[in-house]
Amino acid sequence: MHRTDALAEGDRVMTVCNACRYCEGLCAVFPAMEMRRSFADGDLDYLANLCHHCGACFYDCQFAPPHEFNVNVPLALAKIRAQSYARNTWPGFFSPLFARNAVAVSALALASLVGFLAGFALAGANALFRAHAGPGAFYVIMSHHAMVVVFGIAFLAALAALAAGLAHFWRGISEPAATLASPALLAAATHDAATLRYLDGGGAGCMNEDERPTDRRALFHHLAFWGFLSCFAATCVGTIYHYGLGREAPYPWWDLPVVLGTLGGFGLVVGTPGLLLARLRRDPAIADAANSGMETTFIVMLFLTALSGLAVLFFRATPAMAVLLALHLGIVFTLFLAFPYGKFVHGLYRFAALVRYARERRTLAATPDRGS
Amino acid sequence: MQEFAPDVLVAGGGNAALCAAIAARRAGASVLVLEAAPRFYRGGNSRHTRNMRVAHDTATANLTGRYTEEEFRDDLLRVTSGATDDDLARLMIHESKDMVHWIGAQGVRFQPPLSGTLSLGRTNSFFLGGGRAMLNALYRTAEALGVAVRYDSEIVDLAIDDNHFKAAVVLENGARYSVPARAFVAAAGGFEANTEWLEKAWGPSAGNFLIRGSPYNRGTVLKCLLEKGAAEVGDPTQCHAVAIDARAPKFDGGIITRLDCVVFGIVVNRHAERFSDEGEDIWPKRYAIWGRLVAAQPDQIAYILFDARAITLFMPSLYPPIQADDIRTLAARLDLDPDALETTVAGFNAACRPGRFDPEILDDCATVGLVPPKSHWARPLTTAPFYAYPVRPGITFTYLGTRVNSEARLLMQDGRAASNMFAAGEIMAGNVLGRGYAAGIGMTIGSVFGRIAGTGAARHAQD
Repeated sequence: MHRTDALAEGDRVMTVCNACRYCEGLCAVFPAMEMRRSFADGDLDYLANLCHHCGACFYDCQFAPPHEFNVNVPLALAKIRAQSYARNTWPGFFSPLFARNAVAVSALALASLVGFLAGFALAGANALFRAHAGPGAFYVIMSHHAMVVVFGIAFLAALAALAAGLAHFWRGISEPAATLASPALLAAATHDAATLRYLDGGGAGCMNEDERPTDRRALFHHLAFWGFLSCFAATCVGTIYHYGLGREAPYPWWDLPVVLGTLGGFGLVVGTPGLLLARLRRDPAIADAANSGMETTFIVMLFLTALSGLAVLFFRATPAMAVLLALHLGIVFTLFLAFPYGKFVHGLYRFAALVRYARERRTLAATPDRGS
Repeated sequence: MQEFAPDVLVAGGGNAALCAAIAARRAGASVLVLEAAPRFYRGGNSRHTRNMRVAHDTATANLTGRYTEEEFRDDLLRVTSGATDDDLARLMIHESKDMVHWIGAQGVRFQPPLSGTLSLGRTNSFFLGGGRAMLNALYRTAEALGVAVRYDSEIVDLAIDDNHFKAAVVLENGARYSVPARAFVAAAGGFEANTEWLEKAWGPSAGNFLIRGSPYNRGTVLKCLLEKGAAEVGDPTQCHAVAIDARAPKFDGGIITRLDCVVFGIVVNRHAERFSDEGEDIWPKRYAIWGRLVAAQPDQIAYILFDARAITLFMPSLYPPIQADDIRTLAARLDLDPDALETTVAGFNAACRPGRFDPEILDDCATVGLVPPKSHWARPLTTAPFYAYPVRPGITFTYLGTRVNSEARLLMQDGRAASNMFAAGEIMAGNVLGRGYAAGIGMTIGSVFGRIAGTGAARHAQD
């Protein structure tokens, strides 16, 4: 029937929920579930990635454990979600990386760091521990050209793997490609994702430690997510400056790339520990312990990216700059390469699920009475 | 157990109990709530509710249109056939207008109705996340206000002297102790989970009933009160029962074991014979009679049969239907006589008059010359696969309760009002709901009389 035990359990739980429907006001998962009478693997992958793990339905459920019906939607969907990440990985032989994410990413980070340090040393050993200043100071350590080549390749490789994974996921949930090409649906999903519309328990707030909606994950996620985007924007603006205006980094503190990077860095430095703390405090009943390594690894990598970036900013005029730069570049390089093989993909699949839900919501709105 | 003599002692832990506790605490009294269930199962049958019927003069964000006090009263008179205390009913309906705001101020959230099965979006306000979410909010508020709550604490006896409450005897994890209090609010539900009590009214067949809600509603407090002088109200032999999936657990199967497909098929008993008109009226108006109909059948079991054309016409249920490609095989899977079932189905099929099938209205698909008839939605069972759900009576609540006045104060058998005893919720619902049921009215009774009882108990305790 189902590919895995987790999917079979998801089918069982969704069947209970579909006969109850008390949670339909909490998020998108339940209205999407109500449009179905049976739950194939593709349906469950879709519902699992639509779930934001706010926890509300677990504490609102009269059939949650210790009740014999043992309904635990957040946990059941979290397990299916993690499996869907691995199953949709491209190339497929990398899928075990999800299960051993911390080890794999740490090894890659170490190798990258050593690589950058060695590269710097080979390029100009005597430049490594001296202070540099003025436009082009970074490029004394590593040429801009070399950076573009190294990071361009890493970025494109990640992008290709992510695109292949998304295509696989989309085929798996049997949604027509045309849905992803609709500007209105993309806009609706972008709004839902950008506002974390479904990470608030239907308005009551998220639950993480117990039934009290005291969780601040939405806030910390906003800080981390917008922080990340701000850092990414800083890189883009820097690239435009370099090629379009012929202006070389480092830029003064008030200039756009530095302002964006600094704000983004602070967002990440505050947001990621908040998310990590929430993970530590999570009620074990709804925590998917088997996959916590993957999530923790991603959060830690984002934190280190931001911290090392800020360190480069603050100490860029000192002799420590080169080592810090190697550290930062090594971490960013690892982050990029690991994107398709870790928790980063949650954003991609969830966004895709939200696009499909926007389409289904539209279909639903056109149906005046779906009660029976 | 340290000595704790609260101003107000509340028996029970559901909606009525918590509304009473919060109201009493807000009025300045110290309050202790004794809940017989463990923490997870707290709240009795409120856990299984999802909305509250409230009167309102205009549509709101969560209610699709106006529902006047007069209309609410008309509905109540209709479902109870007049078996209601009109003064209490008017009071409750009037108070229900403010209740949705008051209970909202206690942290309970409401949502717009999305896909309710009974089209209640105009009359009933839906709890976001359902009854357990509502209870969690009430408990949070009560505890923040300083209400003390003890779980696994069943009241097993009451010390009542001359219509005056003195103390309750509590059994908590095997230990017995006494809790004196200045005032007492009985909000501990009915006795539907007490099989021996049910058997007194129904005979041994009650052993085959399933209990849709809390296994902790054993009626101990109700029994104590009636034995110690409280006047009773409501028919002691009646309960609200619907036909639910026979595979449901004995207790606490809740909403998900209900079956809304009777009108789309036929219902037969153990002898493979039909026994009632399955299409008499629309399902929301008839679902509540099927519990008693099935209870009257041999072994208290029946089978809803339908064919492939009906499978998507009703809300999905917890258990999959039993299916087969022909009626004889289906009969064998149900342990029914294949010849008898084939005869019944053939007779029904032959009696179906052609018509325009429409599940939304009282259509013209009826049987001709069949006893009992099927008045609407009668279509021959001819399209394989054929499906069946076994059903048993599932008790929702009992009607017997304690009589109260408009202060939610207990009325005693000698005709006087109790000085310091109040009641709210299912334990006194029979005052308003002597018969029948209207969706969400149990929550109205609980909230309205809970608040009145709590306020009155606090006032008494502080005098």
